[in-house]
Amino acid sequence: MDPRTTPAFLRGMTQSRSVTRRDAFRLAGLSAAGLALSACGVQGRKAAPPKKDAVADYWASKQKNGTLRFANWPLYIDKDGKKYPSLELFTADTGIKVTYAEAIQEMPVFFGKIQPQLAAGNDIGHDLMVMTNSIQLNRAIQLGYLVPLDHSRLPNFAANAGARFKNPVWDPGNAYTVPWAGGITGIAYNPEYVDEVTSIEDLWNPKYKGKVGMMSDTQEVANFGMFALGVDPDTSTEADWRRAGDRLRRQRDAGLVRKYYENDYIEALVRGDVWITMAWSGDVFQQVAEGKDLRFVVPAEGGTIWTDNLCIPKTAQNPVDALTLMDYVYQPKIAAMLVEYINYIAPVPATKDILAAKAAGEKGEDKEFLEQVATSPMIYPSDADMAKLRSYTVLSTAQEKVFEGIFQPITQG
Amino acid sequence: MKRLTPYLLVLPGGLWLAIFMVVPMVFMASVSTQEGDVVNGFAQTFNVGVYGEVLGQYGTQFLRSASYGLAATAVSLLLAYPVAYWIAFRGGARKSTYLLLVLLPFFVSFVLRTVSWKFLLADDGLLLAPLKSAGLLPGDFHVLQTTAAVIGGLVYNYLPFMILPIYVALERVDPRTVEAARDLYASRRGAFTRIVLPLSLPGVFAGVLMTFVPMTADYVNAAILGGPENTMIGNIIQTEYLVNNDYPTAAALSFTLMAAMLVGIFAYARALGTENVLEAAAR
Repeated sequence: MDPRTTPAFLRGMTQSRSVTRRDAFRLAGLSAAGLALSACGVQGRKAAPPKKDAVADYWASKQKNGTLRFANWPLYIDKDGKKYPSLELFTADTGIKVTYAEAIQEMPVFFGKIQPQLAAGNDIGHDLMVMTNSIQLNRAIQLGYLVPLDHSRLPNFAANAGARFKNPVWDPGNAYTVPWAGGITGIAYNPEYVDEVTSIEDLWNPKYKGKVGMMSDTQEVANFGMFALGVDPDTSTEADWRRAGDRLRRQRDAGLVRKYYENDYIEALVRGDVWITMAWSGDVFQQVAEGKDLRFVVPAEGGTIWTDNLCIPKTAQNPVDALTLMDYVYQPKIAAMLVEYINYIAPVPATKDILAAKAAGEKGEDKEFLEQVATSPMIYPSDADMAKLRSYTVLSTAQEKVFEGIFQPITQG
Repeated sequence: MKRLTPYLLVLPGGLWLAIFMVVPMVFMASVSTQEGDVVNGFAQTFNVGVYGEVLGQYGTQFLRSASYGLAATAVSLLLAYPVAYWIAFRGGARKSTYLLLVLLPFFVSFVLRTVSWKFLLADDGLLLAPLKSAGLLPGDFHVLQTTAAVIGGLVYNYLPFMILPIYVALERVDPRTVEAARDLYASRRGAFTRIVLPLSLPGVFAGVLMTFVPMTADYVNAAILGGPENTMIGNIIQTEYLVNNDYPTAAALSFTLMAAMLVGIFAYARALGTENVLEAAAR
């Protein structure tokens, strides 16, 4: 049929279509928004599995530049006034100048900041950073954000790192990370209000109702729920997580938990807001060294061991310098300087004897403090304690969703 | 050129809004309907179901935020109106000093101010320990990690935003109108309820708007002063975004919150009989 004689066509050509100008704009706006919506999908970014010669490929063309930008957590390196003695020694020995930044307060927040830049391949302003073994570190490795380490340039690590700090489950063969310091998540309590604690059950003890502190980090709190059930987080299943979730939920619903704390639990313990709490070994050691009467135990059912790890972002400008520092801090002499200040577990066991020897040469308070460091089970955990310690579970992204779905509603009610 | 002037004047602000408000909003709207995870990437699937999911999952926190916001706004209003009234009508020559005093806490960082409450209100802290040892309070009494603490923190942090607009409105009330009312045999109370209060309503409206919105979306107070039963929707959004990197859920939560607040505000504007919300807020 000739379109000129079609009634519908004629009507359409000659009559108002009752679409006003405003409607036209609205439609145009909607379709533009629709286009924009579909345009800004976030692309898949999972890195291809590393090639066999990835290490050689990466390092072949890299040069020492004489500068290094180091991002670390606050109060996590030896400090003398405004100076960092171990970094000054490093500069004197290697000629590499270090810009040190206390840029990391919390793993998720830090990762949230650097992730878009790393995804876009932009410099994040750091050549070396310290990341806790965590969901974020796993992500960074999976997304290919970290530089594979050239272990032929890490002889001190090979020689001096303690066996228990090598080859962790979350980073087999230390392919991307080496430990900076480690710590234990156990139970801290105030003996003034709390009887001697050996069991994790005391966190469920109705006597301490409203005076129990738990951690808001899901992996931390989940581990304690699993320990209470006698489950090893490493081999745990979804059913175990649900049972652990129930256990923790009951603790919360009974009004036992005062709050799910971040790192402010230690002030709450010192101030008396809580009497018994999940705690990190180093925090408690520092309070005890300052004269507070607090106790730290690894409960009989288990505790968590974690490490903060040195790693190099893929956009580092000075990777060789970063690798040099990674190896430098594994000299027992330097590692001893660090542990004396940091008070967390040193990855270099030889530091214990160095500190003990140094204590023998000192007098008064200094001697006392050094002896405390060298003999503290919070810094050099006993074999019996070590046997009770477990790591965080390594979760796939699919598992993580289930895991967070179980434990987050407990800490974030 | 003359014809273009108004457009040129609006250009900088308009561009600012377009770039820093409209673009992120469109982006967020887009993210909210995507599916996936941070490692494998998110793909646009127009999954609108997420809005239902977040409402079901976090309905409690939405309601809690709204009730905390309302309660804190009401308390702020009760505290702020007399203060503003007193400064406007009885402040005399020292008005600016009093206003400075109201603003003074703002010279200290928001987080620092809130954290200092933790020390003041600790179970065995400066305030509670003496009261407890005097036997005025039971031994297990505590303020931190309670609803009252969170609402108190909100009120404390946002009070000046309530005082200032009310003050500005009251300051503009011509004293002669009050005198006229008295001359026409209105009681003090009548003069207040029929002259001063209606004239100050735009200030009250602006104050409520400027406090209710940020209070409801606030998460710092709940995080620092609250306990397990005080989580607000802002805390959830923060966790979803920064801890879980679950951007779609976080974006959907933000949009739901925004929509709920817009509806609430327009309903409020209508109830108050203000013809034009924006006009009243701008006054």
